[in-house]
Amino acid sequence: MKIANKKVTAERLVRDALDKAKHFSDYHIFTFLNEEGAIKKAREIDAKIKRGEKVGRLAGVPYALKDNFLSPEGETTASALILEGFNSPVTATSVAKLEAEGAIMIGRTNLDAFAHGSSTENSYYGPTLNSHDKTRVAGGSSGGSAVAVALNIVEFATGTDTGGSIRQPASFNGIYGLKPTYGTISRYGVVAMASSTDCIGFFTKTPEDMDLLMSIASGQDPKDMTTLPDYYNDTKKMNVSKARIGIIKDFDNNSVHPELRKALAKKVELLKSKGHEIVELKMPALKYGLAAYYILVPAELCSNLSRHDGVRYGFRSKDSKDLDSLYENTRNEGFMSENKRRIMIGNFVLSSGFYDAYFLKAAKARTLILKEYEKAFKKCDFILTPVSPNPAFKLGEKVDDPVAMYLEDVMSVSLNLAGVPGLAIPAGETKDGLSLGLQLVGPRRSDKNLVEFAKEIQ
Amino acid sequence: MNIKREDIIHLASLSNFRLNESEIDSLGHDLQDIIKYISQLDELKADDVEPTYQVFEMENVWRDDEILPQEADREALLDLTKEAKDNQIKVPKVL
Repeated sequence: MKIANKKVTAERLVRDALDKAKHFSDYHIFTFLNEEGAIKKAREIDAKIKRGEKVGRLAGVPYALKDNFLSPEGETTASALILEGFNSPVTATSVAKLEAEGAIMIGRTNLDAFAHGSSTENSYYGPTLNSHDKTRVAGGSSGGSAVAVALNIVEFATGTDTGGSIRQPASFNGIYGLKPTYGTISRYGVVAMASSTDCIGFFTKTPEDMDLLMSIASGQDPKDMTTLPDYYNDTKKMNVSKARIGIIKDFDNNSVHPELRKALAKKVELLKSKGHEIVELKMPALKYGLAAYYILVPAELCSNLSRHDGVRYGFRSKDSKDLDSLYENTRNEGFMSENKRRIMIGNFVLSSGFYDAYFLKAAKARTLILKEYEKAFKKCDFILTPVSPNPAFKLGEKVDDPVAMYLEDVMSVSLNLAGVPGLAIPAGETKDGLSLGLQLVGPRRSDKNLVEFAKEIQ
Repeated sequence: MNIKREDIIHLASLSNFRLNESEIDSLGHDLQDIIKYISQLDELKADDVEPTYQVFEMENVWRDDEILPQEADREALLDLTKEAKDNQIKVPKVL
């Protein structure tokens, strides 16, 4: 990535990024442009460079921030009305780490409200358009971030991935997107969805950039008790020029788009020709991943989203006669339909009478999935699969059919349930020019080697 | 299982939503589809399997019970609410 120095100023980099953001305004990428703040920061960095002072590893690098990361620059809305007007007094740990290295946020990006969705169509601010075809979805939930990087507006963007929200939009737009091992990057200051699967990660144009960002953002945070001590910078390097790659044989191949199947087969041939070993895997429990996910995640998020009630921050419904109606009216007006569906499903699966049949059963399915990954990684170093069954679909095609939308996540959610990392990598285009993506999956804490392997095979 | 109108109203009340008539119908329809999909777990045999609720490898992460400096003070937090008076958040009547 381009970093500011004596020849290229941070102000130039930031102004270029802002100009491009405005040029592509019809894509609905940004919910807020940080013009004043970004230019001010750029000038501070340029002054330091001029004085010969030490600057960070991301000096003057413009980036886009998914609008569910808290920072005082711009409102943090999570693309939902209920957080309208929320100017956060706190800064997410991940944001603080990036900015300490000199990265400059030029705008906040659109998402499915509260990251509930796979297309960025569930945003209160309208859908983001795909970078390769404006009649198609950007993917989601981090659609704005993916398109900001794919259209070359910024060098990188942040994302959150609870069930595929980084990897799927990355693959819909032909870029790299990493969902790290659960606990690698602090979740402090990020709007919560499902606490046991939420992960912070990045979109980049190259695996080298991903490596740099991971080396900066990883590590334990006293403000997030589920963070792991930094292992990323301490990883014992494996020999990535000779890896064992698992291919899952019992995925329902007919449900995968033919051009995507072809892209996978081509990648497998390429890996073989480079001397990597291909291992066939059977992972029958994965087919229960999606059902388990759409039980466990709503159960967690209905609790996490109960804090949004119009009292302490954000939107408040007008003219409510008492406190109960204030809560009910605010939540009814402030959440999108998909938020309501998920909250109500969460309350359903946790209700007495249904708990054993749904929540407990899903938690058991999660154990089986976890064990299946553990077993698989005894036979191979990484697994290679599609991220989602199809390339980007048409705007409006699935928005009225929640189950059809959920099925887009069928290949991505099991990683979140198991806490293992997944890196979306570009895999060419369809004959109509839509981007295709695959994901490399590794065992827990293999993130560094996953990125190194992606460098090796790019 | 079949979701009835009363079930939707009950779930909406657990969720603190005041749904209008058309939402009761449309969400009822969607929830029925979703529940049908997730009910495929019925076929999974898992009687002897222990449940997994989280995938973090540590448990009981302790710290000393002391007040640490906070980024946001009382004033900054009160600034976020729609109505505040005398250092308190103002809401409509409770009873």
